Amino acid sequence: MKPIIREVTKDQLRKDIPDFRPGDTVRVHVKVVEGQRERIQVFEGVVLARRGTGISETFTVRKVSYNVGVERIFPLHSPRIAKIEVVRRGKVRRAKLYYLRKLRGKAARIKEAHR
Amino acid sequence: MKGILGRKLGMTQVFTPDGTAVSVTVVQAGPCVVLQKKEMEQDGYEAVQLGFEDKKEHRANQPEIGHAKKANTKPKRLIREIRGMNPADYELGQEIKADLFKEGEKVDVTATSKGKGFAGSIKRHNQARGLMSHGSRYHRGPGSLGAVDPARVFKGQTLPGRMGGKRVTIQNLEIIKVDADRNLLLIKGAIPGPKNGYVMVRSAVKSK
Repeated sequence: MKPIIREVTKDQLRKDIPDFRPGDTVRVHVKVVEGQRERIQVFEGVVLARRGTGISETFTVRKVSYNVGVERIFPLHSPRIAKIEVVRRGKVRRAKLYYLRKLRGKAARIKEAHR
Repeated sequence: MKGILGRKLGMTQVFTPDGTAVSVTVVQAGPCVVLQKKEMEQDGYEAVQLGFEDKKEHRANQPEIGHAKKANTKPKRLIREIRGMNPADYELGQEIKADLFKEGEKVDVTATSKGKGFAGSIKRHNQARGLMSHGSRYHRGPGSLGAVDPARVFKGQTLPGRMGGKRVTIQNLEIIKVDADRNLLLIKGAIPGPKNGYVMVRSAVKSK
């Protein structure tokens, strides 16, 4: 990627993003527009993956809601994200945790890391 | 009508205020110099000739140097005429920059597409392929060439051949952002040609 293309998107990059990795549990505060008003919705789950670089970086969050697995992919630098909180740091040995989709209950636990 | 010459730098994305990510192509647009004005009386049509990017003087020939000297500049790498640009509005030697365009404007982008070499009819004409297995003996061929009776193949029959490397215009692309300091245009969507390829950006002819 040319440096000048990075420059173009530089002012859109967010600097308030905490450091988090796959395996961490995060709470994503998403701005949702309902008719006229805007409110904040929280989505909490395990980060399965981070992909891409620069402005186009995204991350996948998975949670199990009423026994149904729900995954959301957020653009990391999206202005729709109000805040990202890191709830728990996880110890994992892979960059992409897609194997978690097949596991449930006890098997889907992730050890806590003391980073 | 207005237009500018430039260079495709590559693609990225930007966020709109409501949070939608828009894919954009970054184009280095200008600075261009007005090299010549084609007038109705003398040339029989109206156009403005623009030049983009300086060429080293020892690589230019005498006619090129002389032509550029009339506009008081150096010889240019890319020279194109833009029809419909009113020559009365521009001066010889005037510099044209990316701020010629505004955000939200619709433009047509012309460039030479990437060459694909000798391509089959599936890639070149979007034909469907046959089954690759299950005893199929027809895979990626061009199919029937028509009826037997005329004893010839009709013109326009889609066959394999050279693909790409042609002048292509993409119409009605929106300008998402203009960076006047760096002379950049951010154009929504993809434009023809490779990175670092020359492009011509003109105001859209079919814009509503």
